[in-house]
Amino acid sequence: MTEPSPDGQVRRRRTRRILLPLTVVSTVVAGTVLSGCGQQRDEDVYTVMNSSTDESYHRWDGDTLERCSKQLGITIEQQSVPAAQLMTKALRMASSKSLPDVLQLDASEMPTFAEAGGLIPLKDLGLTTTDIPEGIVDFGSFDGTYYGAARTVNTLALFYNKDTLDKAGLKVPTTWEEMRSTARKLTQGKRYGLALSAGGAEDGVFQFTPFMWSNGGDETKLDSPEVAGALDYWKSLLKDGSLSKSTVNWTQADVNDQFMAGNAAMMINGPWQVETLNSKKGLDWGIAQIPVPKAGDDSVGPLGGGVLTVPNTGDGERERTAAKIVGCMAGEQEQITYALNSWMVPANAKAAAVWRTKAPELAALAGQVSTARSRTAKVGAQWSSVSLALQSAFQSALTGESSEAALKRAQQQVTSGN
Amino acid sequence: MSSTTASAAAPPADPQATGAAATGKPVSPLRARRRRQFAQWGFIAPAVIFMALFFGYPLVRNIVMSFQDYSPSTFFTGEAPFNGTDNWSNVFGDGLFGKALWQTILFTVGSLVGQFCIGLALAVFFTRRFPLNGILRSLILLPWLVPMVVSGIVWRRIFDQDTGVLNSFLGTLGLPGDTPWLTSTSMALISVILVNIWIGIPFNMVILYGGLQEVPKELGEAASLDGASAWRTFRSVTLPMLKPVITVVLVLGFMSTVKILDLVLALTDGGPADSTQTLGTLTYQNSFVQMDFGAGAVVGNILILISAVFAVFYLRVNRNEGK
Repeated sequence: MTEPSPDGQVRRRRTRRILLPLTVVSTVVAGTVLSGCGQQRDEDVYTVMNSSTDESYHRWDGDTLERCSKQLGITIEQQSVPAAQLMTKALRMASSKSLPDVLQLDASEMPTFAEAGGLIPLKDLGLTTTDIPEGIVDFGSFDGTYYGAARTVNTLALFYNKDTLDKAGLKVPTTWEEMRSTARKLTQGKRYGLALSAGGAEDGVFQFTPFMWSNGGDETKLDSPEVAGALDYWKSLLKDGSLSKSTVNWTQADVNDQFMAGNAAMMINGPWQVETLNSKKGLDWGIAQIPVPKAGDDSVGPLGGGVLTVPNTGDGERERTAAKIVGCMAGEQEQITYALNSWMVPANAKAAAVWRTKAPELAALAGQVSTARSRTAKVGAQWSSVSLALQSAFQSALTGESSEAALKRAQQQVTSGN
Repeated sequence: MSSTTASAAAPPADPQATGAAATGKPVSPLRARRRRQFAQWGFIAPAVIFMALFFGYPLVRNIVMSFQDYSPSTFFTGEAPFNGTDNWSNVFGDGLFGKALWQTILFTVGSLVGQFCIGLALAVFFTRRFPLNGILRSLILLPWLVPMVVSGIVWRRIFDQDTGVLNSFLGTLGLPGDTPWLTSTSMALISVILVNIWIGIPFNMVILYGGLQEVPKELGEAASLDGASAWRTFRSVTLPMLKPVITVVLVLGFMSTVKILDLVLALTDGGPADSTQTLGTLTYQNSFVQMDFGAGAVVGNILILISAVFAVFYLRVNRNEGK
């Protein structure tokens, strides 16, 4: 090596000098790619994955988990990913065997995960449904098995601007006919009587369900006269000019913006908007149950919100501990704390009773929740197809087609899709 | 590396050609060639590995997936049974596919024509010398710098039928101020195309402007000495000289337009009543809303195929230019 080397030697060494790094780089690249798939689970650390990416929700959940860590004597970590990505992220984690110990899923997505065999029945892990109203047990169930414990639930209600209604001398409507005439009277200049979301995503479908269900319609038969009646009611509001034509392009957040800006006197929306509503000084709003077709009918709203599930990780010991974490997070006291923070209604009946005394302004919401239904109770994992067909149908009907024709096509779409 | 392959059978080495190895063992020309080839492959390897891992694998996977029943349970069991051409016939049998394909064609052609014509006009305009030329030119780049989703959200507000800026502006001009930009099934696609034209103008302008700088001024001067009108000079001198650049702009524009997803999701979510569904949104809806990954893969493959045809076309044109 110390001797001056002949030509060939130099060339060979040079080759080697280049080849070695190349091989190393290639190996490292390949290695990183492959090893990304198999994350190792930490023995003592339990993870809870949710979609609490908002600062306040992340903090509230963090506080809850800290209390549960102390109570159970373990370390719990919170992982938050955007709601829209949660499902696909969890599925990818499933295929790489790195699922979190507790997974908070939107209740409408839970059946898809449960149907795939990804969740452990909570009763097998020792969690009971005592004190939980039947509707909310259904909300966390798929095919009759209870997989998801809700801490709180939300639903839709009628929000109204008290000042506007008082000034017009109008009462809060309770039936469809009253809502239609009240909305017509409140429509003035740039202000619409009512705002709701009929956007082409889950938001719009969520808003359509209370009208469909209160009218006796059902997602298993989209072409029934009851569903068409509900859609015709929406069309009549639009025809009256009480709803903005932009309704088909609005999300629920847009609806809230319109209401706050004074462009709508009433709106259909959920309690998650309350924090934003309260941030506007001088806006005096009230909340009531969504009007029903005829006086005396039940106002049936959709249940919304997340449920805590224990994914199937194949490690029985960890799964039992995970169920304890779920039990702690969904405990009565934690439910009340979380409900008061997030303006939602506790799932547990006892907790809800306590909550009602602490948040009397939302009492109407508690009433709405007691009759509310889960979207997936009847159709399960098929909900996403139903939802897509329904979106397309009410958007077609609101932009000109007849309700019957649009819904008939929607029902065909759902039937042929399977 | 230093195995005794074939070297025994090889003719004795010529020390002059390959040099004596340090070990004293003569090196055969065959081995030297092998080594050289090995080094050559070593240089190519990173690129090949990269392509295979990040392009080849997903591509093959996507094609295979389109023939599988790939559902959420696949992620748990690892099993995705082959179901022949079920996914394909389901996708083609769904009326939405034809609609989305047609709307994708309208969207792509409309966007490209608009972007290109306005981009070219602006590029020609900016080749003249006038005050503030540089500042104006950089201001026009602005839409390019704004993230697609932000543009989408801002335009959704601008287009709002009642409270949007555009309609109140039209209203003050005495024009109909209640145009249903995004809320009518016949207008929504046009509005989405308009926004995409707005987004695409800077790209077209910059590349075409660059191309125009390369066209020798003398040619234009010569043409005008020969009595050609400005329009004639542009058509017969500038445009032919610009042809290679035009091809690049159109092909790259095509490939980024045909797969549009983010803008449509932000503006209309594919609505109202599917009137702005494109192949991109259909793939997204199949795979990530319905969780039917097989059907999503089918539409994805069709998109890739369409892009590939144009990529080949682009490469061919480029190769001919090189000759």
